[in-house]
Amino acid sequence: MALSVREYRARIRSTESMKKITRAMELIAASRIIKAQQRAQAAAPYARELTRAVSAVATFSNVDHALTLEPEDPKRAAILIVTSDRGLAGAYSSSVLKEAERLIEKLKGEGKDVDIYISGRKGEAYFKFRQRAIAQAWTGFSDQPTYDVAAEIGATLIETFLDEDGVDEVHVVYTRFRSMLSQEPTAVRLLPLEVVEGTEAPEKDDLLPLYEFEPSPSDVLDSLLPRYVQSRIFFALLQAAASELAARQKAMKSATDNADELIKKYKRIANQARQAGITQEISEIVGGVNALADAQAGSE
Amino acid sequence: MAEQTDKVLQVELVAADRLVWSGQATMVIARTTEGDVGILPNHAPLLSSIIEGVVDVQTVEGETWVAAVDAGFLSVADNRVSILSERAEMSHEIDLEHARAELERCKQAGENDDEAQEKVRRLEARVRAAERAS
Repeated sequence: MALSVREYRARIRSTESMKKITRAMELIAASRIIKAQQRAQAAAPYARELTRAVSAVATFSNVDHALTLEPEDPKRAAILIVTSDRGLAGAYSSSVLKEAERLIEKLKGEGKDVDIYISGRKGEAYFKFRQRAIAQAWTGFSDQPTYDVAAEIGATLIETFLDEDGVDEVHVVYTRFRSMLSQEPTAVRLLPLEVVEGTEAPEKDDLLPLYEFEPSPSDVLDSLLPRYVQSRIFFALLQAAASELAARQKAMKSATDNADELIKKYKRIANQARQAGITQEISEIVGGVNALADAQAGSE
Repeated sequence: MAEQTDKVLQVELVAADRLVWSGQATMVIARTTEGDVGILPNHAPLLSSIIEGVVDVQTVEGETWVAAVDAGFLSVADNRVSILSERAEMSHEIDLEHARAELERCKQAGENDDEAQEKVRRLEARVRAAERAS
């Protein structure tokens, strides 16, 4: 036995307190994830109506808008990477960063420069540590993003997209929340906009009516499209928040399970060490008594 | 079914992060960039940008709901009215005293750029909405 019983006891105690912490984090993540899902659901009507409105304008007017124009020769791209603020969420941040790296490689292969925009401290730390330039980073909200943050990010990205010397396309890399068990890092192109219908196909009789536009189709489009972009970013942030919490819950659950295993193992070893100690003591006493008896027998 | 939808408007007031109100109404009044519009059942399909202001909704039960909204959109089609706004609040959710104080503070600050003016308009809308309801 390399260690004494006392040392094993100390290890068991520290593992037990760690288990309490990971267990608490697991429960917190589990309760927050429900809230995050509710927020995502609450934001759905807005996104749905916006998408409807955008497709209505796109269908009935042939207005070209700066945000939908494909640049002829894209030279620079921006990527918004949505990571978490805190760790202890398993491979959550690293898998989204891996996906982002893949996209960066691909864009560079197409001969484009890449500007990096980041949400979440983990991503910021990743690029800072590697001394790679970050165009801008937003932090401190990853598990409960507000619309204001999304609006700010959206405004920044739109500005650089519309700027003559700015970027020619904008991509977003975030983690899609499919279910509690599976979250998937996803990369999508945000700008130039491709107006797509929602995930559900419209019903047959749900044909879009012939709208009147006030003040004019292009004015409506002007104020509609930036909001559409912001709502897409908000959607990505909400999905990422739910995914982060799900990943954290999963990671913390396995940490708690591991702590249980470890405690069991240490208890077994500690008991063995205790037993070995007792056996040794007895054999020492017996040996001592025998030696004494031998010595007495010899002197008589 | 067709007869019913002929007579009432299905209204949804949607903010970016939640559905603020939804229900049936006989009339909706909102402020667009061109001025106030009133929507009655069987209105022609319309898509219009709205500015910070107050939205009035007369429900089927004869009640009047007032809400303060931010800039956004109004879309009308097939007697479905959706009002989209980044922020929207029903009048009963607004604390009148608090809203007034905030408006005062904002006016006192005396900033005169677009952002400040937008904020003043928004706060004014909130105060108006709350006053109307009380």
